[in-house]
Amino acid sequence: MENNLITLLLIIPFGGVLLALSLPSNRFRPWLLPIFGILHLALTFLIIQAGPLSAANGWLGVDALSRLILLIISLLFCGCSFYALGYLRYRLSWGNRVFVSCLLLFLFAMSLATISRHLGVLWVAVETTTLASAPLIYFNRNRLSIEATWKYLLLSSVGIALAMLGILFIAYAGLTEGGHVSLQFDDILQSAATFSRPWLKAGFVFLLVGFGTKVGFAPLHTWKPDAYGEAPGVVGALLAGGLTSVAFLGLLRTLQIMDAASEAVLAREAFLAMGLVSMAFAAVFVVRQPDFKRMLAYSSVEHMGIIAIGISMGGIATYGAMLHLMNNAMTKGVLFLSAANIHRRFGSKRMDEVRGAITLVPFSSILFLLGFIAITGSPPFAPFVSEFTILQGVFSGGHYVTGGLFLFFLAVIFIGMGTTVLSVVFGTPSENAGDKDYRETFATTGMPLLMLVIIFVLGVYLPDSVRQIFVDAAALLEVRA
Amino acid sequence: MNNTANLLLLLVVMLNFFILGSSRLGSNIRTIAIQGGMLSLLPVLAHGFSNHTVFLAVAAFLLKGIAIPYLLFRAVRQVHIGREIQPLFGYVPTLILGTLATAASFIFSDRLPLVAEHNLSLFVPVGLATLATGFLLLITRRKAINQVIGYLIFENGIFIFGMLLTEAMPLMVESGVLLDLLVAVFIMVIVMHQIKREFSTINIDQLTSLKE
Repeated sequence: MENNLITLLLIIPFGGVLLALSLPSNRFRPWLLPIFGILHLALTFLIIQAGPLSAANGWLGVDALSRLILLIISLLFCGCSFYALGYLRYRLSWGNRVFVSCLLLFLFAMSLATISRHLGVLWVAVETTTLASAPLIYFNRNRLSIEATWKYLLLSSVGIALAMLGILFIAYAGLTEGGHVSLQFDDILQSAATFSRPWLKAGFVFLLVGFGTKVGFAPLHTWKPDAYGEAPGVVGALLAGGLTSVAFLGLLRTLQIMDAASEAVLAREAFLAMGLVSMAFAAVFVVRQPDFKRMLAYSSVEHMGIIAIGISMGGIATYGAMLHLMNNAMTKGVLFLSAANIHRRFGSKRMDEVRGAITLVPFSSILFLLGFIAITGSPPFAPFVSEFTILQGVFSGGHYVTGGLFLFFLAVIFIGMGTTVLSVVFGTPSENAGDKDYRETFATTGMPLLMLVIIFVLGVYLPDSVRQIFVDAAALLEVRA
Repeated sequence: MNNTANLLLLLVVMLNFFILGSSRLGSNIRTIAIQGGMLSLLPVLAHGFSNHTVFLAVAAFLLKGIAIPYLLFRAVRQVHIGREIQPLFGYVPTLILGTLATAASFIFSDRLPLVAEHNLSLFVPVGLATLATGFLLLITRRKAINQVIGYLIFENGIFIFGMLLTEAMPLMVESGVLLDLLVAVFIMVIVMHQIKREFSTINIDQLTSLKE
């Protein structure tokens, strides 16, 4: 029974892809998204209940980290799937066969990545997420979205190819010690202590750069503002919350290997450096950012940096980072979906053309504003709790310089984002504003509202059963002395 | 076994240089096809005949030697891509950089601790040199299709290195990797069509609307 859960988790989204390809009706096809979104979410809850699972000779399996990432992508996808229903209604004449199929394929690939316990399978899954999301970014079919798609495709492919090289290096690190070569994750963890150091370290660097490109650490983030800016909002939400979490899982697996090989210090220093550089880049580019969707992309770079810093510190900060993975994903959902509504109403995403959104699209504007308050780490929302926990870990570990820089970057980004967000939301609306017939619907405002409620609830009260998911995930990343 | 494989790998390095210095798109694609076809012999040469190696060899030959070059040739015809390459900087500097990178790969892999049986084989240095060549093409070439060629050479480098580790790569995973490569090239070709339609060129230096 329990192994069937894993099989179902793969079969259900893949069945959805086939169904989406074969259904002829553009009107009914989008309904597949919420149907499969709910099925996937239900299955995710069953898997979380079931505890550790393993299937396919240990190639697939569920541990605490998989549970956390699976929960994040499933919640986010379910929310986005209802939003997509409303979104695709505006685009009925375009045809949505490719869009719906690719969304479901994207869900399949992300699910496979979370449950893979073989580095080769993990790699194939992550590469598939790139291929499935490229057509999604291109959905608007204009010059800008082509440019964004090309950059995304090429940079991600090269990045992920480097990750493959890293995986091969790590396998070779085992081979040089005369061991049996295997890319099965548990085998690697078991024998990592005997691995040849030069190969292991070189492999780590390639994996960090490879998965780091997908995560979008600065300075490997250059595809991010373009892709997030030009993709439809619902795709932006899935990339910023889902894809980044899955790519981060790749980095966390790498970290587990380095921990097992007693090279944790090197790995954590690298994470810290990546994190600080990402926050610094985000702070520079978020200020005076004229395009509010690109602004969200830089905010994503920032939050990946925050999570990396949390993980580099260990202890309570790692727990904070796990919490922040979830909070970041949900808040990015709120922001991208509400920003997409504003974008649709005004026909522009530039600050100088979008003003006074609150009078024209009140619900979306309030959601956008609250999302901004949440993502910059203000109470009572959950990102405040996770960022505060990370900061607590940083200071209690005596890293005062890191803590100071962290606070400084947070403040700069708060002011930078605030200028853009306030100017978009308030003021008198510009006269010739875009699509006058646009009306907010339940499908396009209900889902971001639901995600906002989730981060609000997580911010004021974290039930023990939910907290346990984060605690268990963080425990896997503890350094065993 | 090592001698034939090493000979083949030296030919691969020659082809790397040929692509770096060649100014014709068509001959570049043909070179990619030849390089891919030659690489597909490596699994059998390195590990002898077995179901695993024969399957890998056939799959790699069909993909790297036939399917992908076919896709690229078709794109050149349909998209009416000019024959000239127009690199960002000249062929001679690129060739010099390529030579330096290849030399560096050989020196670097000499310092890495290899398994005894790999000491005399050229898999590691040639793999790294091919990676470097691909990377060089990616950053110095202006047309989208040349970037795809750079990416393919890059992938070839990883394939060469992977030959040392075929036991670690189960067949399923190996096929997944090859399939992903094919789909990636397929999507890249489609995007190239769209770039041509929108910009009436595939010079990616036209893709500059998105910047800070």
